[in-house]
Amino acid sequence: MLSKRLIACLDVREGKLAKSVKFVNTRDIGDPVEKAIEYYRDGLDELVFYDITASSDKRNIIIETVEQVAKNIFIPFSVGGGIRSVADATKLRMAGAEKINVNTAAVKRKELISECAYAVGSQSTILSMDIKKVEKSSEIPSGYEIVINGGRTPMGIDALQWAIDGEKLGAGELVVNSIDADGTKEGYEINLTRMIAEAVSIPVIASGGAGKPEHLYQVLTEGKADAALVASMVHYGEYTCSELKTYLHNRGIKMRMRY
Amino acid sequence: MITIVDYNAGNIRSVQRACNEVGVDSVITQDPDLVLKAERVIFPGVGAAASAMDTLNKTGLDQAFREVVEKGIPSLGICIGCQIILDHSEESDTPCLGIIPGNTVRFKLNDPTLKIPHIGWNEIKVTRPHPLLKGVEDGDEFYFVHSYYPDPSDEMNRYAESDYESAFCCALGQDNLFATQFHPEKSGRFGLELLTRFASWDGNPDA
Repeated sequence: MLSKRLIACLDVREGKLAKSVKFVNTRDIGDPVEKAIEYYRDGLDELVFYDITASSDKRNIIIETVEQVAKNIFIPFSVGGGIRSVADATKLRMAGAEKINVNTAAVKRKELISECAYAVGSQSTILSMDIKKVEKSSEIPSGYEIVINGGRTPMGIDALQWAIDGEKLGAGELVVNSIDADGTKEGYEINLTRMIAEAVSIPVIASGGAGKPEHLYQVLTEGKADAALVASMVHYGEYTCSELKTYLHNRGIKMRMRY
Repeated sequence: MITIVDYNAGNIRSVQRACNEVGVDSVITQDPDLVLKAERVIFPGVGAAASAMDTLNKTGLDQAFREVVEKGIPSLGICIGCQIILDHSEESDTPCLGIIPGNTVRFKLNDPTLKIPHIGWNEIKVTRPHPLLKGVEDGDEFYFVHSYYPDPSDEMNRYAESDYESAFCCALGQDNLFATQFHPEKSGRFGLELLTRFASWDGNPDA
């Protein structure tokens, strides 16, 4: 039986680790390579690096980080943030990323998903979606809208429809990130996650809002997610990866417990 | 020295990095002559069977692959490199190398909550002892990412299985050729241990 996955997300700015709270006031908390190795040894199932480097002339730093990570950890990891072309995706894959995450650039030009799926394979193409709850309308029938710029710019695209389209275009996995829940530590957006997980046949990674182990349990059961993404819960030493996995295992969720 | 064959089938450098990690020298090559001179060979891969076979056929690596196996050189296929050693793949109806009898087939699942591709960590169970699986205990987990799986027709070629709604073969072999559907290079310690065993394997499946 397939295990549910615990995934840790590391926000990286100019090669340094940062954690965003509602995507503003980010602060550095350390070296991403060291953290990656620590989590790998502690039984983490997968890693995501999200490059939030703003200035374009410093964007190559992420390549060096990815190369360093790839030399040191032997579990899958993906990289996202600022991928605008197949060339960007291929460069990250060559540097050692198992998968690439597309987000904003795919919202602006959806062909990017199929181009990446063709170039690096669907299994290596993740569509990340930043989603905000809105009033249901004819334009947004699900009541969840795709947003970009850290939630500041609504795109007039229904999140459920975008998830379905993303799968059709060739995405191999989806990250469902609730902007409303992100940084609150009050739990994942269960309804949103379940709605999307039930509508697609590719794996769904739940993101945003994890604060307690119970939240992971909820999203992997009620939320029907295939994987739960955590960040600040593990970055500040509040919980370890192995503690979270043991908790979920003890509550009857199939997790990878020997590593 | 391990020769890693580059046939445009995915991230071969992860395999090389994993070899480095376990202290084994490796080279990456597309040259059939170098492959034939190899001490031991890895055919890695992710991606599509059709494009993998296409590249093998065009470069002459298909013939090199068969000869490597015939010559008794210890060989390891990973993922696509495991699927193409059978007769045929259902993926794009692709004729394959036919080194081991059987076919590569797509998951047909009844449970609508189970996803395809099968992505993530899954337990394996050794069904037939093999030197490369020495020390693997039932329930040890390896990393998978695939929509098709190998289905060798002869029980003798099946070495391990995993379960996704029903049991499927995830490791197969014949003589000096061994192949895994899962990715040892992405499977943490257990995967690295398998690569370590491969680095000193003499090609005898019964040793």
